[in-house]
Amino acid sequence: MTDTRDSGLDTESVVPVTTDAGGGLEAPLSAPAKGEKARSLGTDAWDELRRRPMFWISAALILFFGLMAAFPQLFTSTDPTVADLSKAREAPSADAWFGRDGQGYDVYARTIYGARASILVGVFATLFVAVIGSLVGIIAGYRAGWADSVLSRIAEIFLGIPLLLGGILFLYIFPNDPLTTPFLVQVAKVALVLAILGWPTIMRLMRSSVMQVKPNDYVQAARALGASPTRIIGAHILPNSMASVIVVSTINLGAYIAIEATLSYLGIGLQPPAISWGIQISEASGIGMIRAAPHMLVFPSIALSLTVLAFIMLGDVVRDALDPRLR
Amino acid sequence: MGKYIIRRLLQMIPVIIGVTFIIYVAVFALGDPTVGRCGERPCPEGYIAKFRADYNLDKPLIVQYLLYMGNLVQGDLGTNFFGNKVVDELAARWPTTLKLGTMAVIIESVIGITAGVLAGVRRGKFIDSLVTVSTLLLISIPIFVIGSFAQLIFGVRLGWFPVTATQGTTYQLILPAFVLASASVAYIARLMRANLAENLRADYVRTAKAKGLTNRRTIGVHTLRNSLIPVITFIGIDIGALMGGAVVTERIFNINGIGNFLYRSIGQKDGTSVVGTIVCLVLIYLLVNLLVDILYGFLDPRISHD
Repeated sequence: MTDTRDSGLDTESVVPVTTDAGGGLEAPLSAPAKGEKARSLGTDAWDELRRRPMFWISAALILFFGLMAAFPQLFTSTDPTVADLSKAREAPSADAWFGRDGQGYDVYARTIYGARASILVGVFATLFVAVIGSLVGIIAGYRAGWADSVLSRIAEIFLGIPLLLGGILFLYIFPNDPLTTPFLVQVAKVALVLAILGWPTIMRLMRSSVMQVKPNDYVQAARALGASPTRIIGAHILPNSMASVIVVSTINLGAYIAIEATLSYLGIGLQPPAISWGIQISEASGIGMIRAAPHMLVFPSIALSLTVLAFIMLGDVVRDALDPRLR
Repeated sequence: MGKYIIRRLLQMIPVIIGVTFIIYVAVFALGDPTVGRCGERPCPEGYIAKFRADYNLDKPLIVQYLLYMGNLVQGDLGTNFFGNKVVDELAARWPTTLKLGTMAVIIESVIGITAGVLAGVRRGKFIDSLVTVSTLLLISIPIFVIGSFAQLIFGVRLGWFPVTATQGTTYQLILPAFVLASASVAYIARLMRANLAENLRADYVRTAKAKGLTNRRTIGVHTLRNSLIPVITFIGIDIGALMGGAVVTERIFNINGIGNFLYRSIGQKDGTSVVGTIVCLVLIYLLVNLLVDILYGFLDPRISHD
């Protein structure tokens, strides 16, 4: 398979790996003017980010939904698990801002409480993918030889399974029982399935940046001075590849949230009584519901899309800031 | 060229074996293949024993897998608990799904490439910002949200398109095909824009300009063709996403295709159908990508001569 399939979302170029030790992407050829401090990759990127309104918008959205996931009580005092069947499918009113769903639950309260499932699955899946992918990628890139061949073939095999189809298959075989599986276990299960299918994206990224950095003189020098592989990786290789891993992980986080919602929508991810945007939208779809209570569909959809948008936008902006070729 | 094709074919074999092995192990060795075969209750002992014998589950894992692959090669994906062969169920439905998928691929190529070219040529202008922002939005909205809203707005409220596509005629499939293509349109537009912008900075473009060629000719003949190559690869990869998307789209518009069959099989806990369908789809995905890779060798001679 060709290498362009490295990430489901990242169709544009990924941040290049710097080949100098200090990491300055825009290392000035001439000596810096008097009084001007040496600029690092971090300050450069931050200066660029600060000027972009997209960065602030996405950061604010992520903060907003993060707060919603952590402290839903801040946003609503209504209990999302209390249903009033006599008010089922009521349109939005002063009593229930977003209206009520088919069971008479408050759509606003459930939209607020739904943030937690999405954000948790997204964060866990991204963390698992970053850890597994980085570890395997570093081993493959650093050891090279047959270890690299074997690990790369394994990665190719997992890339051969489309994410959503694989997710459906694995969650069908290891189902979440609605009544007996605790919420966190359900979340972890979905995240783990996404990680099992998703790790090769980061693995390939890490592997190629290790292979790019390894032959450099400063790495050879460190090795000649007797630095252990752990130290070489920690001090010289990781700092060089972190930027692209962070960018791809941020964009992937948005994608994993969307996939979780899709799986829950198909009735195979999180299970009610768990509260999640995917489940809410699933309950709201169907032609009868769409006609009778479109508000059930609209509000969770907006929340879900804004969350995904925030992460993809942040990844985009950070990549632009780190990649001077696009400036 | 011949060498390249043979190398690609050989590289494909371990991937196919690996993918089927992982799926087999997950389903038959780690998971419980009798889940849901007896409705909501657990299966009786006698049934499980017969099932294990019928499906060779009492033999060593590698023998089980080889027997399973033997059946697969002969086109046997198993019999579901309605007593129907999964292959027959899929055969009856695949024309509809193929039609939907083809329409989606045409839509995403035409709109995506056009938008990407417009944005790439007028980089930094209004049209560029418009394409960048709208593709970002399209990518962010999950397909089941786009589908539900399209059904609500264009089907129910405005009445421009049929609300459901039960018979699967071309007219009925227009709206579902747009929904299915929506995210891919955005990816293709972005990919095209990035490729074009990068190629426009290449040396050969400067040479062409220096020779006095018109802008139209430089872009239309020299740059566009080179920029299209990665897009073709993307469409191959995208088949995987389209298959997933078809499950959602066919559910929303009640299209009688493979995706809807998979969705209903999940609901009915019909494991044989779920696993058989996914194995079949994954194999198609791998084969399509093999074809795209080979095509890539023809389009970009640099690839096949290394």
